[in-house]
Amino acid sequence: MPDTDASPVVDILRAAVPGATIEALPSVDMPAIVIDREHALETLTVARDHALLQFALLSDVTALDRLPVEPRFEVVYHLVCLGEAFATGTPAPARRLRVKVRVPGEDPRVTSLVSIYPGANWPEREVFDLFGILFEHHPDLRRILTPEDWTGHPLRKDYPVQIRKTAQSWEPIQLSVEEFAENIRRQRAVSEGLARESGPLGE
Amino acid sequence: MPEIRTETMTVNMGPQHPSTHGVLRLVLELDGETIVGLDPTIGFLHTGIEKTAEQKKWQQVIPLVERMDYLGPQSNSLAFCLSVERLLGLETQMPDRVTYIRVLIAELQRLSSHLVWLGTHGMEIGAISVMMYCFREREQLLNLNEMLAGFRMFPSYMRIGGLREDLPRGFHEAVKAFLDKFPGKLDEYEKLLTKNNVWLKRTKGVGKLSREDTIAMGLVGPIARAVGVNYDVRKMFPYLKYDTFDFTVPTGTEGDVFARYTVKVEEMRQSVKIALQALERITPTGQYDCGDYRIVPPPKDRVYTEMEALIQHFLLYSQGFNVPKGEAYVPVEGPRGEHGFYVVSDGANRPIRVKSRAPSFMACQALGKMVVGGLVADLIAVIGSTDVVMGDVDR
Repeated sequence: MPDTDASPVVDILRAAVPGATIEALPSVDMPAIVIDREHALETLTVARDHALLQFALLSDVTALDRLPVEPRFEVVYHLVCLGEAFATGTPAPARRLRVKVRVPGEDPRVTSLVSIYPGANWPEREVFDLFGILFEHHPDLRRILTPEDWTGHPLRKDYPVQIRKTAQSWEPIQLSVEEFAENIRRQRAVSEGLARESGPLGE
Repeated sequence: MPEIRTETMTVNMGPQHPSTHGVLRLVLELDGETIVGLDPTIGFLHTGIEKTAEQKKWQQVIPLVERMDYLGPQSNSLAFCLSVERLLGLETQMPDRVTYIRVLIAELQRLSSHLVWLGTHGMEIGAISVMMYCFREREQLLNLNEMLAGFRMFPSYMRIGGLREDLPRGFHEAVKAFLDKFPGKLDEYEKLLTKNNVWLKRTKGVGKLSREDTIAMGLVGPIARAVGVNYDVRKMFPYLKYDTFDFTVPTGTEGDVFARYTVKVEEMRQSVKIALQALERITPTGQYDCGDYRIVPPPKDRVYTEMEALIQHFLLYSQGFNVPKGEAYVPVEGPRGEHGFYVVSDGANRPIRVKSRAPSFMACQALGKMVVGGLVADLIAVIGSTDVVMGDVDR
């Protein structure tokens, strides 16, 4: 059975981020902690960069709808420290960590992690798409799995499983050449990791 | 000389494009033949499996998850079963025989998935005959699936708490015959590709990704190992007693399409090695489930003769079983890297959340990073090397 004791991680994080609420959670598979959303970005930056933690890989971002419990949503991050396989300086022990951020139902927003883990981009879009949780400072928060004109967020517990809808048809999306090119430019900026403001074309 | 006015051109590729491995739409911005921007659009295969799974009993989820990554179905169901078994606390009472059969099947699945990858990857770059050879061997693996479970693509043979039934008669011999022949076939593929000048020209130095970018973008599996990140879940976080097997994890240094190719081909050789060891450890007869009749059905002969077993059987199929409150994520090393299911239970007979950690999703996200600056023709090689399966991306 794997080690599920989160206290060493909690101790390091508490010392490094004063003022943050960091609690260990009971778990059966890996150490799990819950952190407050105001300090989420700061805490996870420490988790990534601290010499004893080195959680370099953000394996997944997902969410959980606990309706009717409040706070309703939990955003779940799975981090991995790869030990010797990917270390800066002395390798930290290879381990996994589950980090949770509780989010109230009336104000579902958390800070995006794209600035520290560029790979969080699509998973966060997916969570936004399926749960309607907003990621602040995300460079490109659009729907990803469902169509752009979809209403509702399918993985919420109050979203019905089966809906009867009359067949609809759509006109082709009318997109000007400029808008189209702008989309591409934005995507390029994202893939270069430079979430910069969009300027006029052709400079 | 007058200034020649140039501008970039936007080209749509897909969703119905033969080399996009499913329905992936790419919007390319091109400067001549050079790619300067790429916007992948996904979701065409989104079937809401995660939502559907929340309405099903635990054991009914298995056929659903098998259909996510349709080239590696049994490694999906294995990952799902391991997560649920962790919640149930079944790991300690699982017989070794079940563990080894699972290892064997997982490795055969890896071979089967890699064969489709190699065949299609080769075909896209122009080595058509490789596809014929690869699909010839894959056919034999599908025959083994049929023998095992009566279903070639999605056998649903893994069950929570064990396996559906015992191995069929003659399975050992059939697997052994396949595994003995297979390394020779691998040499055949390598003879066609590894030193082929056309292949080298199309793959070397193409689609490079640095070590740092690979990890920052959340890429694992063969793509990360091709750039020297020696992360294999089987070695680093062993499950299914993989730590008792003798195998090595191939790594590369270049991080280009060719390095991914060599890593994956070597991975196939290692899979054969593991499968042979597993085959040796599997006794011809013995237990094929954990023996806890609240989770797995009692043997049929007992159901027909004993009242108690009949009741257990009836309860299991009408009400399912309850899984203790909690959450678990036990990843496996799937054909495309770390693949696992984050399952959450509130103590009832249905999950409240099943989330697949899809390696293809991350690979698809990083496509832009790999191809920008390269040529359009390289895009095909890069998509092939990342081995994205759109069923896994869109779920």
